[in-house]
Order: sequence, then C-alpha cells, then structure tokens
Amino acid sequence: MNEMPKFEQATEMTESKISAKKVQVYYGDTHAIKDVDIEIQPRSVTAFIGPSGCGKSTFLRTLNRMNDTIDICRVQGSIKIDGEDIYDPKVDPVQLRAKVGMVFQKPNPFPKSIYDNVAYGPRIHGLARNKAQLDDIVSSSLQKAGLWDEVKDRLSEPGTGMSGGQQQRLCIARAIAVSPEVILMDEPCSALDPIATAKIEELIDELRANYTIVIVTHSMQQAARVSQRTAFFHLGVLVEEGSTDNIFTNPEDKRTQDYITGRFG
Amino acid sequence: MSLFWLFLIILAIALVGYVLGRARALSSAGGERSALHSLPSYYGANVAMKAAVPAFLLLVIWLLAQPFYVNSEVSGLIPDTEIAEGSSRDLVLAEVRRAARGLENAVRSGAMTEEFASNARADISDVTTRLKEAGQIVTSEISQPILIAAQRYRSLSSIGNFYMSIAVILIAIGGALWGLRETKAEFRARNTVELGMRAILVGAASIAILTTIGIVLSLVFNTAEFFRIYPASDFFFGLTWAPSFSGRGGTSELGIIPLLWGTFYISFVALAVAVPIGLFAAIYLAEYASSRVRSTAKPLLEILAGIPTIVYGLFALLTVGPLLVSVFGDNGIGIMKAGTSVMTAGLVMGVMLIPFVSSLSDDIINAVPQAMRDGSYGLGATKSETVKQVILPAALPGIVGAVLLAASRAIGETMIVVLGAGAAARLSLNPFEAMTTVTAKIVSQLTGDADFASPVALVAFALGMTLFVVTLGLNIVALYIVRKYREQYD
Repeated sequence: MNEMPKFEQATEMTESKISAKKVQVYYGDTHAIKDVDIEIQPRSVTAFIGPSGCGKSTFLRTLNRMNDTIDICRVQGSIKIDGEDIYDPKVDPVQLRAKVGMVFQKPNPFPKSIYDNVAYGPRIHGLARNKAQLDDIVSSSLQKAGLWDEVKDRLSEPGTGMSGGQQQRLCIARAIAVSPEVILMDEPCSALDPIATAKIEELIDELRANYTIVIVTHSMQQAARVSQRTAFFHLGVLVEEGSTDNIFTNPEDKRTQDYITGRFG
Repeated sequence: MSLFWLFLIILAIALVGYVLGRARALSSAGGERSALHSLPSYYGANVAMKAAVPAFLLLVIWLLAQPFYVNSEVSGLIPDTEIAEGSSRDLVLAEVRRAARGLENAVRSGAMTEEFASNARADISDVTTRLKEAGQIVTSEISQPILIAAQRYRSLSSIGNFYMSIAVILIAIGGALWGLRETKAEFRARNTVELGMRAILVGAASIAILTTIGIVLSLVFNTAEFFRIYPASDFFFGLTWAPSFSGRGGTSELGIIPLLWGTFYISFVALAVAVPIGLFAAIYLAEYASSRVRSTAKPLLEILAGIPTIVYGLFALLTVGPLLVSVFGDNGIGIMKAGTSVMTAGLVMGVMLIPFVSSLSDDIINAVPQAMRDGSYGLGATKSETVKQVILPAALPGIVGAVLLAASRAIGETMIVVLGAGAAARLSLNPFEAMTTVTAKIVSQLTGDADFASPVALVAFALGMTLFVVTLGLNIVALYIVRKYREQYD
C-alpha cells in the first residue's frame, strides 16, 4: 500500500493530460477557487467531490473555458492540456471546446431530431465531407453512447421526446460526435433515476478506454464506482487528491474523512 | 339631493359601520383580541363592505335604468303629428330633454317659479321667451305637446331621483345593520372580506370584457345598417373607392379592395423594416451585449415605443417624405411625385414597430433555457452559430407571434398614414405613390359633414368591422402560436 502513492506520483509527472497550477477563479469580488493544483491522467476517470458551493463545478468549467460566457468571471493561474496553456490569448476557446467536450447536469438536447442533435457538432466543425460520412459519425457516436439500438428506427423524432436517461445518453453521444479528447461531466446523473444512472455509469466506464473523463458528482458511491482518482474540494480549496481507493479508505485530511463519513456536507 | 351628496352619505354610513363593527367585535370578545376569529379591522371592513357595495350597485343600476323608464313614459305623450317630415321620435325626445333641462335650470336660477314651470296651461311663447332670457338655449318655438312632455319628464325625473336617494340610503343602512348583526367573535370576517375582494376584482375584469362586447355590438348594428342600404358584394369586391359626399344617395362607389391593398402594402413595408432590425437588435441585446450595455440600451430602445404616433406622423411628413422625394422625385430617379407615399408611411411605421418587435423577441430569446446555449457552446459552437442553429429555431414560434402582433398594430395604425401616405385610394404597385388605408378612411368618412344615416358615413362602421375581424384573427393566431411555444419549456 505504501508504494502506491509514490508510483502514481511518478506517472502523473510524466504523462498527465491536464495540468493545473495555482488556479484562481473570481466571480466579481468573490474568490471562488483558491490555489488549485491538480494533474489529471489520460484515459481515466477523475471524480470531483465536495459539498455544494465548494467550487468543483466552477473548476470543471474552467477546463474548457465555459466560464468565459459569464461576464464577471475571471480566471488566473495556468491550465495546460497536453502541455498547451488553454488561457493563452492565441488559443481559440471555440476550438478548445471541440477538444474538451461537456455533458451537463440536466439533459439538454436541442429541440431538433435525434439525428440533428448528434450531427450538430460535426456539422459546425465540418467533420464530415458528405452525407454518408455524417451518417457514419452519427451512428458510431450513438453506438458508443449505447443508444443506437433504442433509437436507430426513430432518428428523425425530436430528441426532447425521449426519457431523461436516454436524453442524457444522447447528450453524451452529441459530445462524442466531435471526437473530443477530454469529456467533462457536471453531475450527469443528478436528474436521473437509479436505473438510468446505472446505465450512464456503465457507459462512463466503457468510454474511459478512449477518453479522459472528469466527472463532478454529489454521490460518493458514484465517485467510488466510476472513478480511478478522486479530488475533494472544500470552500474553493482542493483539500486532497489521490487514487479513489485511497481517498475512500485512507484519507489523509481530517476534512476529507469527515465528508466521506457523512459528518458534514 | 345631488349625486355627490348621496355618494358622501353612503361613504359616511360605511365609515360609521366600520368603526361600529370593529368596536362590536372587540366588545363581543370581551376586549380579548386573541378570542376573535379575525383581526378587528376585518369585522369593520365586513360591515363597511355590506353597507357600501350593494348601495353603490343599486345606485348604478338605478341611474342606468331610470332614463329608459322616463323616456318610454314621456314618449307616449308625443303624438305622431308632432314628428316632422325627415325627423324621428328620437330627435323630438332630445328636444323634450333639452326643454326639461332648460326648465330645471331656469327654476334654479330664479327666472321662473316652480309653479310656473310645472303649469301645464302656461302660455307657450311666454315660456319660450322666459327660457331664452334665462340663457337656456331652446332651438325653436316649443310646442304644446313638447312642453307637457318636458314638464312630465321633469317631474318623473325628480320623483325618480327622490326615491333613488331613499332606496340607496335604506339599502346602505340595512347592509350596515346586517353586517353588525353578524359581528360576533366566532364570525369568520376574514373569509367574508376575502370573498368580497374577489367579487370586486371579478367585477373589474368583467367590465373590461363587457366593454369589448359593447364595442363589437355597436359596430355590428351599424354595419348591418350599412349593408341594408349598400350591397355587400360591391363593398367587399369593388375595385374603386369614390364616395360622393354631395348628392344624397348619389353614386358612391365604396369598394374596400383599394383600401385593404393600401393597408397591407404599407404594413408590409413597415414589417420589412421592423422585423429584421428589431430581431437583430433583440439578438444583440439578449446574446452579445454586456449587462451594462443592455441595461442602458434596452430602455433607450423602448423610449421609441413611448413616442406618440402623431409625432412619427410629423417625422414622416417633414423629414422622411422630403428626403425620399429628393432621391426618387423628379430631380432624382423620377418615380415619386410628392412626399406622401407608401414608402414614407411604411418606413416611419417600421421605425415605430422596431421596439415592439425587439422587446417581445428579446423576452422570447431570454426564455430559451441557458442549458441550450451551454450545450451548444460546450460543443465548440460560436455565438452566431448558436443563435442561428439553436436559439432562433427554439424561439421561432414566439418570434412569429411577436411579428403577428406587430402586424396587427401596423394594420391598425392611423396617424402615420394620414400624414405620411396621403388620402388617395389607389390600386398600384409603385411604393412611391400615395395610397391610403382603412383606418385613415374611417377618420375621413366620419369627420366630414355627411348625414349620419347615409352610406358614405355608415361605411366607416363596415370598414371598422372588417379591420376588427382582420386584427382579431391575427391576434388569435399570434396568441395561439405564443402559447404553444410556451408549453415547450414549462
């Protein structure tokens, strides 16, 4: 057990996908994120846990610059993806978001057909040269999201007419369709029932083979089930980060211990 | 007793009832507030309500009903011989009412004694001169039957007013006593007051609806009258609008087609201006503008909506018209003869509609959930891609509704047309020619000195009715679309 952390430390240093250093986020005068340093490993699932308002969603949204859409939000420090600073003025946030996809808390399919929902990203980025290629992208994305068998006969029906779990998997398919490298998930199961949640968790586990996944969750069981690494946030500070097993069985910080045993939060 | 005093007396009774009710409630609970079902003021309000509301209702109904009764009584006193050729019973009755009012005022100013005014055998010429001397204008020599009718009218009215005062005051006192009798500690005054409030609010809402129905009915009767003397097919399908005001029943041609053409042409130009500009302004304000720009720009844009349309009309007449003439007139391209044209009115009306379209569209665009935008941005779409592919399709039904509402305003607009488009009813495709609309013609038909019973004047009601039906249809379609859209996200 004692060698494990050292080993992981080493791998992080060499090949982390996302590397954040001294990240500060301000909403107007509020200092929402303080001095967050984290290394996120490729082709694995990292879970952010913590009580409400601790800044885990805010930090997640800095990773694909979704906070740019909020006027009063400022980000300082450095966040590098594949060694490239994403807050560099030369970086186009629109291109970045194609590389770092996002799935939101509430399923938000567009009021379009299932096909058009998935084809939306490929169309705006010009990923398909013709209709046949687009069809391929749509079907393979839906297959990867585990939705193909359920919807292959009704691709022209509106995406808003499906069940909540199906809608969320459609949103995942939509994110996959632009072939991102990282997928950010902001409490993707909080609006779903346990069966739909189980399906999404299974899907996340499969996607891990090809994508780097960061998931914010309120459910510690979910973090324990789907993630390899877990980061605990509290009051805008990253309290502790490590392998999921370690965090849940042998946390170093008293606050982490209290939170996962249900003493607060 | 004048109405004003009667009004004050009812209020006084209600006020006394309030104070008594409050005191009685407190004493019935032995001065113990907590033993009461409701706050003491509710008991007082209950008594005041029961005193005032039925009394005022009776007052209003009596005031509405009494003239009908008196008129029908007096009408019987006028023999058919008294009604001159070309006149009607209504005109004679109006004469009777004027005479009655003259007598009333003469008595009040002391020019006549009460006995003289109500003396049925009084000398007619003497009465007339005395009335004229007292400054009470009497149009012509009063005849014997009119004098008798006027005296009868006067006495009936004063008897009616007397009984009305008595009845209203009795009802008020009765209501107050009823309220006081109810006032006990366990009486649920709060709930009763709530019911009363509800009734008052329902009353206010139904007055608005009843007024609409009244307006429609008044249009319907006059329209039916018009179609009795002018064939409906000529009205709806006639291609010429040429009313002849001079000759009675002369050869007026009252075809609505040129007017409708002008209306729709001008509205079309206006919408062609207002919809793109308004929509783009709304998109800018909703999606691109920072909150600081938005908080100043939006009120500024809405100031446009507060400008009276007559001011827009002046703008059309003095600025836009001459400007267009200098470009398209004889010195320029040469297709425009004068400043008044479809284009002038349409452009200015378009400016008037911009805030209307932009404000409604802005609300609708803001109603599109933020999750839609996030979803699109999260996939790497730019703002304009998001607007074009996600927000506008989602908001489209609402925007169509907003445009239809703007269209119904354009169709109903009058002042800009009167000043900007001219008065010539014409069927032409050239937007730089003067044309006119239904509303502008309604004004000119009714403000002339034509006989009110002639088709030339009555056509205004048929025009109004047509316009009403068209805009009502547009509004219904617009509301239907807007409502259908709303259900999508709620």
